[in-house]
Amino acid sequence: MTVNGAEYTRDVEPRMLLIHFLRDELELTGSHWGCDTSNCGACVIWLDGAPLKSCTALAAMAGGRDIRTVEGLERDGELDVVQQGFIACHGLQCGFCTPGMMMTARWLLDRIPDPADAEIREAISGQICRCTGYENIVRSVRWAAAHSRGAAGPDGSGAHEVTV
Amino acid sequence: MQVPSHVEYERATSVEHALELLARFGPESRVLAGGHSLIPMMKLRLAQPERLIDINGISGLSRIAMEGDELRIGALVRHAQLLDSAVAGEHFPVLHDAERVIADPIVRNWGTIGGSLCQADPSEDLSAVFGAIRATAVIQGRDGARAVPVREFHLGPYETVVAPDELLTELRVPIRPGGGSAYEKVARRVGDWSVAAAGAVIWLDPASGTPTVSEAGIGLAAVGAGHFVAGEAEDFLRGQPVSDEMFARAGQIAAEHCTPSADQRGPVDYKRHLTGELTTRALRRAAARACGQEA
Amino acid sequence: MTAVQEQGTPMGYGSMRRKEDARFVRGKGLYIDDVRLRGMLHGAVLRSPYAHARILSVDVTAAEAHPKVRAVITGETLLDRGMAWMPTLSGDQQAVLATDKVRFQGQEVAFVVADDRYAARDALELIDVEYEPLPAVMDARRALDDGAPLIRDDLAGRQPGPAGNHVFDWDAGDAARTEEIFARADVTIAEDLLYPRVHPAPLETCGAVADFDTISGKLTMWSTSQAPHAHRLLYSLAAGIPEHKIRVISPDIGGGFGNKVPIYPGYLCAVIGSIICGRPVKWVEDRSENLMSTSFARDYHMHGEIAATRDGKILAVRVHVLADHGAFNGAAQPTKFPAGFFGVFTGSYDLEAAYCHVTGVYTNKAPGGVAYSCSFRITEAVYLVERMVDMLAFELDADPAELRMKNLLRPDQFPYTCATGWVYDSGDYARTLQLALDKAGYAELRREQAARRERGELMGIGISFFTEAVGAGPRKHMDILGLGMADGCELRVHPTGSAVLRISVQTQGQGHETTFAQIVAEELGISPDDIDVVHGDTDQTPFGLGTYGSRSTPVSGAAAAVVARRVREKARIVAAAMLEVSAGDLDWEKGRWFVRGDPDHGRTIAEIALAAHSDLDLPEGVEGHLDASCVYNPPNLTYPCGAYICVVDVDPGTGKVSVRRFVAVDDCGVRINPMIVEGQIHGGLADGVGMALMEVIAFDAGGNCLGGSFMDYLLPTAEECPSWELGETVTPSPHHPIGAKGVGESATVGSPPAVVNAVMDALRPFGVRHADMPLTPAQVWCAIQGRPLRTDLAIT
Repeated sequence: MTVNGAEYTRDVEPRMLLIHFLRDELELTGSHWGCDTSNCGACVIWLDGAPLKSCTALAAMAGGRDIRTVEGLERDGELDVVQQGFIACHGLQCGFCTPGMMMTARWLLDRIPDPADAEIREAISGQICRCTGYENIVRSVRWAAAHSRGAAGPDGSGAHEVTV
Repeated sequence: MQVPSHVEYERATSVEHALELLARFGPESRVLAGGHSLIPMMKLRLAQPERLIDINGISGLSRIAMEGDELRIGALVRHAQLLDSAVAGEHFPVLHDAERVIADPIVRNWGTIGGSLCQADPSEDLSAVFGAIRATAVIQGRDGARAVPVREFHLGPYETVVAPDELLTELRVPIRPGGGSAYEKVARRVGDWSVAAAGAVIWLDPASGTPTVSEAGIGLAAVGAGHFVAGEAEDFLRGQPVSDEMFARAGQIAAEHCTPSADQRGPVDYKRHLTGELTTRALRRAAARACGQEA
Repeated sequence: MTAVQEQGTPMGYGSMRRKEDARFVRGKGLYIDDVRLRGMLHGAVLRSPYAHARILSVDVTAAEAHPKVRAVITGETLLDRGMAWMPTLSGDQQAVLATDKVRFQGQEVAFVVADDRYAARDALELIDVEYEPLPAVMDARRALDDGAPLIRDDLAGRQPGPAGNHVFDWDAGDAARTEEIFARADVTIAEDLLYPRVHPAPLETCGAVADFDTISGKLTMWSTSQAPHAHRLLYSLAAGIPEHKIRVISPDIGGGFGNKVPIYPGYLCAVIGSIICGRPVKWVEDRSENLMSTSFARDYHMHGEIAATRDGKILAVRVHVLADHGAFNGAAQPTKFPAGFFGVFTGSYDLEAAYCHVTGVYTNKAPGGVAYSCSFRITEAVYLVERMVDMLAFELDADPAELRMKNLLRPDQFPYTCATGWVYDSGDYARTLQLALDKAGYAELRREQAARRERGELMGIGISFFTEAVGAGPRKHMDILGLGMADGCELRVHPTGSAVLRISVQTQGQGHETTFAQIVAEELGISPDDIDVVHGDTDQTPFGLGTYGSRSTPVSGAAAAVVARRVREKARIVAAAMLEVSAGDLDWEKGRWFVRGDPDHGRTIAEIALAAHSDLDLPEGVEGHLDASCVYNPPNLTYPCGAYICVVDVDPGTGKVSVRRFVAVDDCGVRINPMIVEGQIHGGLADGVGMALMEVIAFDAGGNCLGGSFMDYLLPTAEECPSWELGETVTPSPHHPIGAKGVGESATVGSPPAVVNAVMDALRPFGVRHADMPLTPAQVWCAIQGRPLRTDLAIT
């Protein structure tokens, strides 16, 4: 499979869950797990361009397919505007749900560049955060939408880079 | 996080190949589509198949299209795909109403229509919806295909007529002009199974004066309705003039004939009440849509 | 909304972006399951399916024969090592692995150590345990009945019967005076209220990697611990390893909320596994284990009473509590407070008297009780008083806002000693409440409600005014297992002017790496970007009791200010030496000491730091370098407060509640980083929606836990939460060095009663006075029918 643009080939037990494959075999520990019943979304990654709860898939199912994780959001040392938004708007506290939230946010913005709050909330309704009460996650996604390349910011500014 | 027990894994490249694998490896093998019903059960070790037959790569099972006067929905159609499908939503808004409240947006990317129906959870919304719109399930076996009305598809909780060596490939829904449909669901929280849910489809006789119900389909989820439908309420409605009282009465009849169980979602009397309430609301909205009064 | 500065970092307080975010947004946090050590093995716990059963036999032969299994530990193994039982934070004992009986569903019975997590899980199925099921106590209200099964036959002298499952009795206040007042009051109301068993459910479950070095005898314990130093001491006692040979490291923690305060059997088993195998052993629990066996929260069955005059002057509050502590008393609170700080059930009002009596009982459920941002039972106390006040309003047909305004403490009454002896430090309650009412547009909301009621629509407005007591606490009153709750802090300024601050508290998302740097920045004028905050490693940080009960800012934040001020004073002396003036001739502006009246003559902190490390001649008795340490013993708790207003709409046909708006005005004194304070509040408000509407761990008569997964234990998502509307008032704490009060738990404390009060207000037309949480659609509908459900037991 391809993960964040790189090819990987491994032999694994068929029962190995995709989240464990990414974390334990490929040492991409940015994606997390937090439940047993596909409810929490800490494990959300992209499979063939669509978000997937990777705890609910076998690594074998992803064979020959394309995966993107939080580690692949940053490109050439530059944070994705979604990552910048989460920093700018305090969209994370403990950080555990954050990779999954950002992967969903990235996918949402790719499809709906200027989503309404209700659309943002619906998009993340399958994912749990225990720290933020969701308010700043929504603001972070709005910020990312406003600051995306080519989009004017609310003050008329163009794309704005946040570096940390 | 809990993890599955040992299992073998095959990929099917076609329906024929899938059937051949199912026959070869016997009833301890299970079809793996979206995996969002099966894999959670495997993680909890409530299901311990010996072999998984991954059918995700089979082309031709993911189409949604009109053919003649039928809407055909492939078994591998993802929930998100059905929710996005203009042709499905145009003919049966009940499909979109229901998909909007099934699971969550991420799960909807991967769970399939076929997988949900074959899982046969007593709370499955699509069982109620396809029952209401009188869909037919096309089941492939090595000797050919057979068509089973969705109203005969379920044998009991988690049990369907699909044999271990068969594959559900498609749902076919007859289209009739002039109908309206809607779905009403109450859940304790987004993504939870229904406490109760009702889907209604209604066709009105275009006579002058008060329209009458020429045909009705009422599907119920999570309340132990036989084959997920409220047949007695449907029978009552046929030929009745459209009115709030009629719909309320139909709701009562639906409530009387279901068999909800008490659980943490609620006691029996509440669920029965809810069945009636939601049936009435679904019928009202379906009728409004049939009259072009509501989007 | 607080604007986040997009340029620059404030030199001190202010909203600044968090330093820790850099790693988290890249997926480069180091959480416990990310820890991988060479040779590391994996552990898994076998748990009891029964709530109460005798263990007849445990056969591990098949498990031990599994090719990937390295060790199997049972209660017998531990008995031989004297480690089958461990002390709890309440002075009880808890089984590490069951020996004679299992006492709650999910209790630990055996521990497998294997090469990988999948093999460990497989091996659990190879362990054969024979149980003899026993009748179980699942209803706390039956725990002290004559015929109640005895749970704790491991405790000497316990007999079946009414005292068998008794844990403690505790009371506070003046019973006689309170009774006098109730006897002659115009109006008295009594109601039974349950604060159901809920669970903190941090997104990351609990876990540990135990690495025992057989050569040096040193144990390095990576774990999700909110209190690393306290844990170090406990491991020393439980495992018999000398304390200087234990290092506890809390890496990044994915949420704590009190769940990660206790030591769990799985941690100790990992330690033992590592000792036996001579290799690191990782144990990270499943979500079902987390929900079924780790520290639950609440489970207070309360009989509340309120007495008032006919025109709404509240005179007294009285409450009797039955506290369900589960099978072992594992509640984590200061020793002298078996019911935590429940004593502040007196609330925010000027009462003539108050009395509470709490009886703790054992049941066949998981241990715990103090968790989920409760500030040591203040969630229960505030719920009780705010519900009683609303019920009083209901009875008097009074407006709940006006009733509160009439009775709130006045600023001139502070410091205020309440009827149970707590000294509230400061507050301007009426101003806080008024601000909330204004922000909500209260009068307009009531008009809208009236109009909707005419149309048969149910809309509710709920108010909650809370006083919190956080920052435990003064050493002479507050200790945990004998450890005084004073915390240490160390600040060291490097020669080139950057600094390192070592703190004893432990962030689990609260942003300490940023806020503590800001405290030092404010005092010293060193940029927060140039201050490294070290926490979470007992080898690198001073002793303290950890982070819970919103104590970080009140205690450790105070300590940080104190050490920064000591450094500043030391810097004054060094500067004086550099400038060849006397120290008394210098004035301070942030970042430099300068000669009074001659501002051009001064030295910056960086210059002073370099000089302090140089060969500069220092006065007699003054040592070189630029550092300081302290142990801060808080003189009192701090008392944040808040006024919350919730607006709900209820569908009468289905019982479904939607939260339309939530206004929260908090007063936590001085705010170090307003952005972070608001984030803390947002999170707690969501907790209120969750507990009020959907969260509960219930049990059936057969002993089964009905809240053992996220399919059953429902947590609110972004769709159930409104956009929170925040406001602030600032009444500094008079005794805290920077005037700050804790805030981490305020919203979790204040929000559930606001939501419940709103729903009850919506149901007013039906004459519903009270229904217990969670107010699920079924519960609301049943309440409308006049038969609300009992929510701690299974619905039948």
